[in-house]
Amino acid sequence: MQHSVSIRDLSLNFGSVRVLENLNLDIAQGEFIVLLGPSGCGKSTLLNCIAGLLDVSDGQIFIGGKNVTWEQPKDRGIGMVFQSYALYPQMTVERNLSFGLRVAGMKRDEIGRRVARAAEILQIEPLLARKPANLSGGQRQRVAIGRALVRDVDVFLFDEPLSNLDAKLRSDLRVEIKRLHQRLKNTMIYVTHDQIEALTLADRIAVMKNGVIQQLADPHTIYNKPVNLYVAGFIGSPQMNMLEGTLNGSSFTTDDGTVIPVGNYDFAVPVTGAVKAVLGIRPEHMVLGDDVARMPFATDAEIEIVEPMGSDTLAWTKIAGRSVTFRCDSDVVIATGQRIRLGFDPARGSIFHAETTNRL
Amino acid sequence: MTQTTSMAAPGNVTATRNGVEPRGQRPKPFFTPRKIVIYSILVLFSFYFLFPLYVMIMTSFKTMPEIRFGNIFAPPIAWTGEAWIKAWSSACTGLNCNGLAPGFWNSVQITVPSTIVSIFIAAVNGYALVNWRFKGSEIFFAILIFGSFIPYQVMLYPLVILTRELGIFGSLWAVILVHTIFGMPILTLLFRNYFASLPQELFKAARVDGAGFWRIFFEIMLPMSLPIFVVALILQITGIWNDFLFGVVFAGNQNYPMTVQLNNIVNSAQGSPEYNVNMAATILTGLVPLIVYFVSGKLFVRGVAAGAVKG
Repeated sequence: MQHSVSIRDLSLNFGSVRVLENLNLDIAQGEFIVLLGPSGCGKSTLLNCIAGLLDVSDGQIFIGGKNVTWEQPKDRGIGMVFQSYALYPQMTVERNLSFGLRVAGMKRDEIGRRVARAAEILQIEPLLARKPANLSGGQRQRVAIGRALVRDVDVFLFDEPLSNLDAKLRSDLRVEIKRLHQRLKNTMIYVTHDQIEALTLADRIAVMKNGVIQQLADPHTIYNKPVNLYVAGFIGSPQMNMLEGTLNGSSFTTDDGTVIPVGNYDFAVPVTGAVKAVLGIRPEHMVLGDDVARMPFATDAEIEIVEPMGSDTLAWTKIAGRSVTFRCDSDVVIATGQRIRLGFDPARGSIFHAETTNRL
Repeated sequence: MTQTTSMAAPGNVTATRNGVEPRGQRPKPFFTPRKIVIYSILVLFSFYFLFPLYVMIMTSFKTMPEIRFGNIFAPPIAWTGEAWIKAWSSACTGLNCNGLAPGFWNSVQITVPSTIVSIFIAAVNGYALVNWRFKGSEIFFAILIFGSFIPYQVMLYPLVILTRELGIFGSLWAVILVHTIFGMPILTLLFRNYFASLPQELFKAARVDGAGFWRIFFEIMLPMSLPIFVVALILQITGIWNDFLFGVVFAGNQNYPMTVQLNNIVNSAQGSPEYNVNMAATILTGLVPLIVYFVSGKLFVRGVAAGAVKG
């Protein structure tokens, strides 16, 4: 199958600092890929390499089946949207949109047609005569997207496009980007450190750390079957609860002696003998009330802190001596100091090897 | 009751001091020790600097007999512009007696091209050093900056030989070349720092849009650089206009800039010194940098304000 973007053994060093190492990534035509990771993990660097704004140290980049490793950014068939919008301040919106086309020496009526189409798609027609300084943040980012749009490229690159916007605008534009993708069906590569953006937008997420892709999978898999402790801890807010202990056959014994039966857990790799392990369970996979009886594991716990979030309620307690959080319906009445019965199904959780940190 | 009185006491103290209950904006008294000190120092220093100017202007409007009277602080009894006319058109500079006028036009001929060429090259330098990093660009920059610490006089003789070999010694070209070279370190530093302060993403966006080296420079970078151009203009115009050394060494007899001719007028040995003409000639020579400061000062503020609006 022809990949839209292929990255082969890509390495990038800044002097002696290795930013990316032997990175491989295949992106299908029309796929929405999100590169997710904390700052400094190399995700923006990778995007700049794909765009041709940084020269790679080793490896190859293919876009649309063509080796573009040595090509100029303009010849790669990409459009890019930046975090700071990067609109040319002295040009009107219309001139901003048409700049790339004018540079390419395109005919005037064709430029007009493309700008009109982009403005129509992004609903920025009333803004065409304005300068960027007279636009709001959301409008600026739309123009920035429009600038990529008019180029009629195969691949869109987004470098944290929503990070400079306030929370409300961010969620609005997130939906718009998703709508845009559904309408245009272009390949999109999107860099962010915001896991909500990643989970909501992506067809597949590449979670990165220290220049290495930790896991590349669809959002559901990333969330429910994280491949190692790092991914498990990075995705999800509040964090996944981690219980340390020993895994022996079908039972998991926490460090303070609590035994959790894990017989129905779907092991990714066969485990023999006793191994030090970490059992992770997401706050929303904890249950209380009548459902506890059906859970393979249940325990009594005392509520320490209650955080009502509106849509649901977060509560802090202790299981097996470890601080854990759980999420419950906002209608459930719980109070600090209350003792409750709490249970979970280890099959919905994740078990990691304590030393290799990989999923078992 | 005693309790309430003691609690209200701090309020009462302020109230009695100002005669009003404190409320709203704090009153700002005009005379405070701080202000008195600041304004006295300012007045003292402006007096210190402006007094010689006052003497110059008064003297330039006097006749020679009146000057010989000795009351240099008194305004002229009979105002006359003769000294100014003589300074401009008929004072003797060496052998010629055409006044400062030829020198003025020579200075214009030197300053205009030198300023344009040096600023343009420095702007391209700064832009390339920031946005088009090449191998050794940092070392190149370090060498360039090092150049600004070397006294001009050290390089005078080598430059004389260089311009002689180029066949331009004693011409306007030589002065323009020398001014461009010596403007380079400080101007490049200026432009480099300014371009480095512009968002890098703008440059990246322009590259993705397909613009090349010159297109990005002229269409993206230059329109955003008005403030720094004004700063560079002030630096170069005043610097080159006020230059004496390069003018006297490289320009050749017929191209002497105004500063050199001023020197020739003031230091001419024949006859008694005409103080009124000297004063007028000096003010005339200093007028251009003064005007540049006054005019571009406003432009500068406007430029900074325009540059502050981020895209």
